[in-house]
Amino acid sequence: MSATRTLATARRMLEQLRNDRRTVGMTILLPSLLVVLLRYVLDDQRTFDRAAPALLCIFPFVVMFLIASVGTLRERTTGTLERLMTMPIGRLDLLAGYALAFGLLAVVQVAVVAAISLTWLGLVVSGSVSLLIVIAVLDALLGMALGLLVSAFARTEFQAVQFMPLFALPQVLLCGLFVPRDRMAAVLGRISDVMPLSYAVDAMTRVTTSAAAGAELGRDVAIVAGCVLLSLLVGAATLRRRTP
Amino acid sequence: MSFDPAVAVEGLRVVRGGREVLPHLDVAVARGTVTGLLGPSGCGKSTLLRSIVGVQEVAGGAVTVLGLPAGSPALRSRIGYSTQSPSLYADLSVLENLRYFARILGAPADDPERVTEEVSLAPQRDQLVSRLSGGQLSRANLAVALLGTPELLVLDEPTVGLDPVLREELWGIFHRLRDERGTTLLVSSHVMDEASRCERLLLMREGRILADDSPEALLQRTGASDLERAFLRLVRDQAVRAAS
Repeated sequence: MSATRTLATARRMLEQLRNDRRTVGMTILLPSLLVVLLRYVLDDQRTFDRAAPALLCIFPFVVMFLIASVGTLRERTTGTLERLMTMPIGRLDLLAGYALAFGLLAVVQVAVVAAISLTWLGLVVSGSVSLLIVIAVLDALLGMALGLLVSAFARTEFQAVQFMPLFALPQVLLCGLFVPRDRMAAVLGRISDVMPLSYAVDAMTRVTTSAAAGAELGRDVAIVAGCVLLSLLVGAATLRRRTP
Repeated sequence: MSFDPAVAVEGLRVVRGGREVLPHLDVAVARGTVTGLLGPSGCGKSTLLRSIVGVQEVAGGAVTVLGLPAGSPALRSRIGYSTQSPSLYADLSVLENLRYFARILGAPADDPERVTEEVSLAPQRDQLVSRLSGGQLSRANLAVALLGTPELLVLDEPTVGLDPVLREELWGIFHRLRDERGTTLLVSSHVMDEASRCERLLLMREGRILADDSPEALLQRTGASDLERAFLRLVRDQAVRAAS
């Protein structure tokens, strides 16, 4: 791994984002907009309080999944990836650069949606707000890492976009937002148990409902972080120097 | 051929999508020369070049570049490669692209400015790549390959679609690089009238090297008046030999 090349890659991605202000604006504001919309659709503080932790996970997750999968696919199809693969950059340097740039974007995105939820929308957090932000950022990174990974299996942008409903939506349906995880049919509960988003939502729910940061919270956070790392490593393996 | 060639290909076999693109290829490129790789599109030129820069999956044979097996990490900062379609970040300026690739290569900090001067792109250096004209795009693509002053330049159809004035300019750059820095250049083209600008020609057809000679010797040997006719004669001779 090389810090110079990782930082150069993160900087390049941020420069690309700077030249595409509409994408940045949408990435930062979309989750907030959707959370506000849902608050008024539900029109009931208690229902909203119950749904909010999951929403703080889901929207950054989905947005980052899309951006990362399309962005990586573009890198593959425009030949810039092939060019980089002839140069002295490690695959992990490249992915760490991605994670750093998208991570920064996620921090801003999550800070905005958390601030709006906690003030305007009256969400009450019993635990630590900074922990809530850490979990949400981790979750956005999870979306990014999975997006990176699945983009390896997409040949066109049409396919990449449809990987969102294929890989991300089932996780949203089974994460406990619509039906609590312990009340799902046994089979679905077990599927839910192997989906990383479930643990992100569990962790977020624990932070919002309890002041104590218990061992279960630590376990959930560790699982999500582990999934981010694992997806990045598998993603690195899909970036081949030699291609057919 | 010199004692220690820049590129030595022995028995290279490449299969792409079930088709044998290069059945068994032997070729060498002498150091400090401008060598042209000519042949109709689809004859395997790009595949050969990709094998030399180490991004092509190969089924057999050996490719040695600057004394090392192709694709060796130590070669990654010694070879400049430009693909046929420009591999640049469309949403970055010319200079932002060059600065990123220069950082990855570990090239001197003033290299991006230097190479924009070399390809006469200084006036456009702050323009987004997506706004460049076709000719400017080709030159920007070439500029990346010049970063870090590589010993070997592998250029895949760098002059395709350019007007004659620009083509003349680029060939001038290629010869200057060889004269002033001793750079070895391997340049592919499917336009025969570019062949006379090379001191060494590799004529390729259907995955095989038809001729490996200087333009003058080729004309003499075939008795043809120009290189296009020489190529056609070689193709015909080969067909006759295959039939008998």
